[in-house]
Amino acid sequence: MCGIVGVYLKTKKFEKDLGKILSGMLNNMESRGPDSAGFAIYNNENEQNYKYSLCINKLNFDDFKKEINGKIKKPTFNLLSDHVILKTEDEPKKVIKIINSEFPNVSLVGYGKSIEIFKQVGNPKDVVKKFKLETFSGSHGIGHTRMATESAITTDGSHPYSTGEDECLVHNGSLSNHNNLRRELKKKGNIFNSENDTEVAAGYVSNSLLNNKSLKDTLISGLKDLDGFYTFITGTRKGFAVVRDEIACKPAVIAETDDYVSIASEFQAMSHLPRVNSAKIFEPEPGIVYSWGN
Amino acid sequence: MELDLKKLNLRAINEKLQNLDRKKNERDFKIINPEGSHALCAGLTENMNISIKGHVGYYCGGMNQNANITIEGNAGTGVAENMMSGKVHVKGNASQSAGATAHGGLLIIEGDASSRCGISMKGIDIVVKGSVGHMSGFMSQSGNLIVCGDAGEALGDSLYETNIYIKGKVKSLGADCVEKKMDKKHIKKLKKYLKEANINNIKAENFKRYGSARKLYNFKIDNLSSY
Repeated sequence: MCGIVGVYLKTKKFEKDLGKILSGMLNNMESRGPDSAGFAIYNNENEQNYKYSLCINKLNFDDFKKEINGKIKKPTFNLLSDHVILKTEDEPKKVIKIINSEFPNVSLVGYGKSIEIFKQVGNPKDVVKKFKLETFSGSHGIGHTRMATESAITTDGSHPYSTGEDECLVHNGSLSNHNNLRRELKKKGNIFNSENDTEVAAGYVSNSLLNNKSLKDTLISGLKDLDGFYTFITGTRKGFAVVRDEIACKPAVIAETDDYVSIASEFQAMSHLPRVNSAKIFEPEPGIVYSWGN
Repeated sequence: MELDLKKLNLRAINEKLQNLDRKKNERDFKIINPEGSHALCAGLTENMNISIKGHVGYYCGGMNQNANITIEGNAGTGVAENMMSGKVHVKGNASQSAGATAHGGLLIIEGDASSRCGISMKGIDIVVKGSVGHMSGFMSQSGNLIVCGDAGEALGDSLYETNIYIKGKVKSLGADCVEKKMDKKHIKKLKKYLKEANINNIKAENFKRYGSARKLYNFKIDNLSSY
């Protein structure tokens, strides 16, 4: 069992409240996933710079700042708990190389021009508070509360998984062919940082998007290639999609109004959303890809 | 009496309804702000009328006996699961496994029900005004599943003696489920259920009946090599 949530804003009306909406949803999904939690927020304010979401673990922030300052062009930092959002003009190729080779205690959680990702072990309510999710604004966001099954309770094992620029994926379920698929994707150049099945699904999506497939087509071919139980929510810079496997054992419910579309494992996660009682509420059908944005 | 889930917690409300104060003999309740709570009104045993104003979570009205529960919204997984008697009426849509394993009573769903509606039902009558999802009536044993809309894949897979009536299209039939003849006896019975669910605009004659071919009942010597 895990809890997944997501909100995509169709208008600008609730952009300032996105963090508040998402934190309420994560708090309500505590019962489905008390082990760890995480979220990704998309905010398109500053598109020239790249944002790198880094988990510095036990490293001292000032030491990290001092050490990376000379290596990266005009960096700015925003520290939240053990995560740092590093902004710079520098391209991902360079920054990722520096982090991987010179900062063994720092892990890259995600990067892109729009996305910021935070995830941590612990009760969702505490995680949400530590990262001050309520203060975030943005255009869309995705979150996850984890009840660990197939791999350990670690920050690396927490969702969302981001394996490409401005991409992320959360998952409720389990994949049975992830080891094989991981091997195949590694041959194609994908890099994986954990033994987690969901990271493989995220890598599968990234690989397909790199080959210029649309998010919708990617998820349609995923129905054939990904074996197991799942409800996925995936995010890209301007898009948002939901898919359930054909057996559809893993729950999902969507609420749509003129201003937003939201999805959660259970309706109770959405009960605080603005005017939700007059929203169009439906369950995504098995094996059908639902997408919004580009 | 009005019960507010913002003021009272779920357990307090369920306990109150499960242990009615006989001296007061209050039998009409309205529950407000359900906000998707799970197991609301589960395990009730007495005659009473309950109206729930809003959407409920999993297992609403589970194990119900005698109570008459109306949900003015959508219901999550397993609404009226294992119901013994009484009535559960969902005004919106129902999620998967509606009426699962239920022995008796009547479940009415005004909207659609998703997959596995009536899975392993053992005597309940289910009337769905919309459509049902895949694997509905799976391994169902007795009772009636009546669907005014369409049915998804593998309808009635491995069923026993449930009668399934579908008005719309059936995407596919499950193993051992076949279409059966509708005779006067079935039409009469169906009319009774449609009336109970307040459905006046659909004729019982327009439904098709499905049931077990009874080929999976007994071991067949021809299949010996499979074991």
